[in-house]
Amino acid sequence: MDFAFLDQLWAARIPLVRGLGISISISMLSIAAGTVLGVLVGLALTYGVRPLKWLVRGYTDFIRGTPVLVLVLASYYVLSTVGVDLGPFQAGVLALAVFCSSHVGELVRGALQSIPKGQTEAAKAIGLTFPQTFAYVLGPQALRQALPAWVNTAAEMVKASTLLSIIGVGELLLSTQEVISRTFMSLEFYFFAGFLYFVINYGIERFGRYVERKTAVPS
Amino acid sequence: MTNLLEIRDLHKRYGTVEVLKGVDCSMRQGEVISIIGSSGSGKTTMLRCINMLEEFQGGTISIDGQEIGYEAVGGVRRRKPEREIARQRALTGMAFQQFNLFPHMTAAGNVMLGLVKVKKMSRDEASALAEKWLNRVGLLSRKDHYPGQLSGGQQQRVAIARAIAMNPKLMLFDEVTSALDPELVNEVLQVIKGLADDGMSMLIVTHEMRFAYEVSSRVIFMNQGRIGEEGDPREMFLKPKTERLAEFLKNSTFN
Repeated sequence: MDFAFLDQLWAARIPLVRGLGISISISMLSIAAGTVLGVLVGLALTYGVRPLKWLVRGYTDFIRGTPVLVLVLASYYVLSTVGVDLGPFQAGVLALAVFCSSHVGELVRGALQSIPKGQTEAAKAIGLTFPQTFAYVLGPQALRQALPAWVNTAAEMVKASTLLSIIGVGELLLSTQEVISRTFMSLEFYFFAGFLYFVINYGIERFGRYVERKTAVPS
Repeated sequence: MTNLLEIRDLHKRYGTVEVLKGVDCSMRQGEVISIIGSSGSGKTTMLRCINMLEEFQGGTISIDGQEIGYEAVGGVRRRKPEREIARQRALTGMAFQQFNLFPHMTAAGNVMLGLVKVKKMSRDEASALAEKWLNRVGLLSRKDHYPGQLSGGQQQRVAIARAIAMNPKLMLFDEVTSALDPELVNEVLQVIKGLADDGMSMLIVTHEMRFAYEVSSRVIFMNQGRIGEEGDPREMFLKPKTERLAEFLKNSTFN
């Protein structure tokens, strides 16, 4: 690597840092919103009354069967035709959050259903109500169960955030491409962007491992 | 004086299969009743109806004069509100074949959960009571262990402590030694025996005939969804009146 790249990197630091910041914001917002929504989806899939369960099942199957890019484009271009006018950032985050929620919903459903029925029965037998059973018995076990897969989903969302460059959100990939169009150093800057994505996802993975270790049940 | 437990004409169906075909049973305070019978005879189902882990379609169950699970409103039988059912479940304690300890809580945590969340005790009170009962089942030294760190027999003893700490009027034991290695069965039976000696009212579904013979004040033999025979353990085991019971005992481990 020669110094020309470092010079260019320094010169491009402001758009790159801004792009990185936007990528991180997109990821965090969509993971947070997607997780909250996803937990509700998972609860509906597991405990919902039948019409609600069918409705939510349709939602998750539809969303999971659709490419994320299509969701992003639809959220930006289609919503505006029905009078919901979102900026590219908002539309993109909405699409990713919806995508994330369908995945988290499946994770939560799977985790809850993997808990033996005896757990609920034992909780009932000591007189716990259902909300209590969920809060103290089922929830904590499901959380541990779902954590590793949730970390994967979170990392997927960081990678999916690059798709927002298509609708003109100035996230890391788009700012990198703009820098490359000025400097023609495609190899170096793509590598550098790739490195930054790796660092974010490595951080998420370490964080996940840390939480897993902290909440591990001795046996 | 009202009986502790009063079961009248209990009917239970799974779809079209009737598993309980009209069971009547009453039980006084302090009695220890063992329920025996071959699998599929309805003994576990009957036990599970008593704390509403199973719904039932006909008949009534009362504990201390309180009707369990259902009420008649304007002549129509209706399930009671969930909150009320949860409260009624706390009248009984239950130990399960598979222990069903909460794996993410320590032994003490398992015992304390109901005390804190249902009985609304302070953590200190609950902790003291948990220690008392864990001591009683011989596991005080294991109070900070997680279920995964305990043997099957130890887990079952914790599960019994968890149920009994709630101070139930009636303890239900559902084949509590069936999932245990043979050498661990005795430690659990000893705990139950101790509770019987203290005057705890207990309904015990079991395949341990020798134990049923020794611990019970009365034995109920279930046969095809009905009570086939009931009475004093000595008479039942040594001089069975019905052919079905005689045959059942011949094939059991009693002798």
